[in-house]
Amino acid sequence: MKELLLGNEAIARGAWEAGVKFASGYPGTPSTEILETLAKHYPEVDSQWSANEKVAFEEGMGAAIGGLRVMVTMKMVGLNVAADSFMVFPYSGTNGGFVVISADDPGMHSSQNEQDNRYLALMAKVPVLEPSDAQECKDFVKLGLEISEQFSGPVMLRTTTRLAHHKGLVELGERAEVPQRKFTPDAKRFSVPIYRTLLRPGVEKRIANLRDYAETTPVNRVEWRSGQPGEPPTQGSVGFVSSSIAYQYAREIMPEASVFRLGLTHPVPPRALKEFCAAHETVYVVEEGEPFIEDQLKAMGITNLVGKSIFGVIGEYSPERLAKAIGLNVPEKPDFGKEITVLPRPPMLCVGCGHRTVFDSLKQLKVTVAGDIGCYTMGALPPYEASHTTFCMGASISTAFGLERAGHERAVAIIGDSTFVHAGIPALIDAVYNGSSLTLIILDNSTTGMTGQQPHPSAGKTLRGKPAPKLDLEGLVRAAGVKQVQVVDTWQRKDVARAVRSAVGHDGPAVVITRGPCMRLPEMKLSERGERPYFIDEALCTKCDACFKVWCPAITRTSAGFPIIDPVECTACTVCAQMCPVEAIGPMC
Amino acid sequence: MNTTNLIFAGVGGQGVLLIAELTARAAVRAGFDVKQTEVHGVSQRGGSVESHVRFGPVVYSPLVTAGQADVVVGLEKLEGLRYANFVNLQCGSLLVNDHEIIPGSVAGAAEKYPHYAIEFLRGKGLKVTAIPASRWAKDLGDGRVANMIMLGAMSALTPQMSEEVWLATLTERIPEKYRALNLKAFETGRSFASPLASPLPAEAGSDPKDLSKN
Repeated sequence: MKELLLGNEAIARGAWEAGVKFASGYPGTPSTEILETLAKHYPEVDSQWSANEKVAFEEGMGAAIGGLRVMVTMKMVGLNVAADSFMVFPYSGTNGGFVVISADDPGMHSSQNEQDNRYLALMAKVPVLEPSDAQECKDFVKLGLEISEQFSGPVMLRTTTRLAHHKGLVELGERAEVPQRKFTPDAKRFSVPIYRTLLRPGVEKRIANLRDYAETTPVNRVEWRSGQPGEPPTQGSVGFVSSSIAYQYAREIMPEASVFRLGLTHPVPPRALKEFCAAHETVYVVEEGEPFIEDQLKAMGITNLVGKSIFGVIGEYSPERLAKAIGLNVPEKPDFGKEITVLPRPPMLCVGCGHRTVFDSLKQLKVTVAGDIGCYTMGALPPYEASHTTFCMGASISTAFGLERAGHERAVAIIGDSTFVHAGIPALIDAVYNGSSLTLIILDNSTTGMTGQQPHPSAGKTLRGKPAPKLDLEGLVRAAGVKQVQVVDTWQRKDVARAVRSAVGHDGPAVVITRGPCMRLPEMKLSERGERPYFIDEALCTKCDACFKVWCPAITRTSAGFPIIDPVECTACTVCAQMCPVEAIGPMC
Repeated sequence: MNTTNLIFAGVGGQGVLLIAELTARAAVRAGFDVKQTEVHGVSQRGGSVESHVRFGPVVYSPLVTAGQADVVVGLEKLEGLRYANFVNLQCGSLLVNDHEIIPGSVAGAAEKYPHYAIEFLRGKGLKVTAIPASRWAKDLGDGRVANMIMLGAMSALTPQMSEEVWLATLTERIPEKYRALNLKAFETGRSFASPLASPLPAEAGSDPKDLSKN
């Protein structure tokens, strides 16, 4: 039976069919739906969100050494967090099959950088599989586990945004129950660095063996359409070497050209590739990201290549972009923007989002603010412009500490509850230990809002919705040595402003926890809370426009110039009513 | 038969992804190879949302190339304008919900909003069909089903899928509680656009889309 599946759903299905018993990860676009799908549809797989990617990776590593088939998921920057364990795991190698999903984001649709994680695999000497459609997303998980077991090492499955977030037809199969392998404690293999020198040659041996495997595996497939192996190249013959979604684009723009489709891109098969390239006059190397395959081909001495010099390394590929680069005839796309305003429509804080009050108060205080990774990165944009740095998970606190050392005495760090648990805790402990007076605002919305409301340790439930011991943020912060800790209702404008002002003025480190669940959590629906949307009484309204200062997307203007609240959108967060000087705003009867 | 290229565009919260998914499912039901892609990520409401759907005997790329879309469906006027340059000028068309949602966080957005976008695009030679879908949806009792009215209208322009295929797809996908209203909205759009359907893609004959033929 065939079903239309998202690339990520297909990966989850692949893990289930391949008999995976344990799966862990941390949410991050474009990887998030993999674990969500596993948790929702496949109870046979013990799946969980972990506190961060390093923890997820190591839990998976333990489960694999313990003899299970394991999958670990994360976005590309997540693997940076787990890089420590990713680099050492190949030394001991695995026992049960182990596949780590690295979801790269060319074009940075929802990321702070572009990075091609195949280089991390190259550095760790880990093989890389790159599926090119939803069917292969499923199949390659199984293949990855088989390779992992055959070569006793971890395997990376690299996807990109377009692959993870496209839907295609997938042939469904049944689950294979794979027996657990026996774990035998072996100090020389699993412990004590003094033995590591004994393991080092094994890492090289594995990659050499994989190189031989790459020559024969069917996922490295030649699709001949012009020229033939062993024959001299046809005049002007063109071939492609490609992987991942870029392979589909190559097929799309030049269906008559031969293609060497690489499913295993590290290590690549030197003999087969040399033969293919020799059979064509020009070989286009088409891969999203960096010249990872191209450089491997160049290192083999192949010279008739055209790659990054015309396709570029920045941003996402598309059939249009590749066709233009090659010089094919592409229909011109008119640019209407020269003659009519095509206004941008950037994402904004959701209706009812509790973070608004925080940005309002920070803007008024005119302090230097170090931001972090989450919905609240939007605080850097108009109308707030009240967040001044964003780097990576947990960096707000340590950056604010550094800014403070550089003389910005009233530096403030803002961080979400999920990000705080992920990477903020050691940074706070360090700042307090090293004598900081920074203010930390923990935007506690009881979820991981940015990636779609995933639970985490301070949300008090697991991925499967099971109640879990709720991390006590206040207690944790106090345990780190912070004396001034305030907890406020995030929708109470004045309370938030007062708390933030007090924290900034406090001599010593201070923490404000602004608490209020994300309005997009199912339990926060108006009907669930038994509340009514707010409305504006035109008889009382003086058109002073104070309510517009909430920047709530649900508030628009009538043709008569009165503000009006969209009752479908309104979440009854009350903030606009708090702004109104004449009490014209209140709940509908 | 060649690949059919569709783009759905709107504002977060309007139901763009639902009608794209319904279209992809209908195409699967009709026996086509299908690929669909959409913008995920930042989950906030209020931003631009787009989804591409391609179906045919074999589909490679999930992305529609500019100038190749058979139909671009805009659930909002500005979003229709934003993706209008994907329309195939020879045989494609733009279906747009004549409804305005002013971007919230852009300074001076209300003044700069391109109210005359539809007339402008017609002036550029585009085949544009404006539908007061949001108003009709309110008349039906729920403004949110504007997306289903637009889907119904689009369904009349994609004769590769029969009405039975659409109805079966909708019935399967839409929860029973909302089914009657959504089917009604779909029919409203479909009967509006049916008279327009004759000169559109399936009968357009020539296929200027194939990049390889140059």
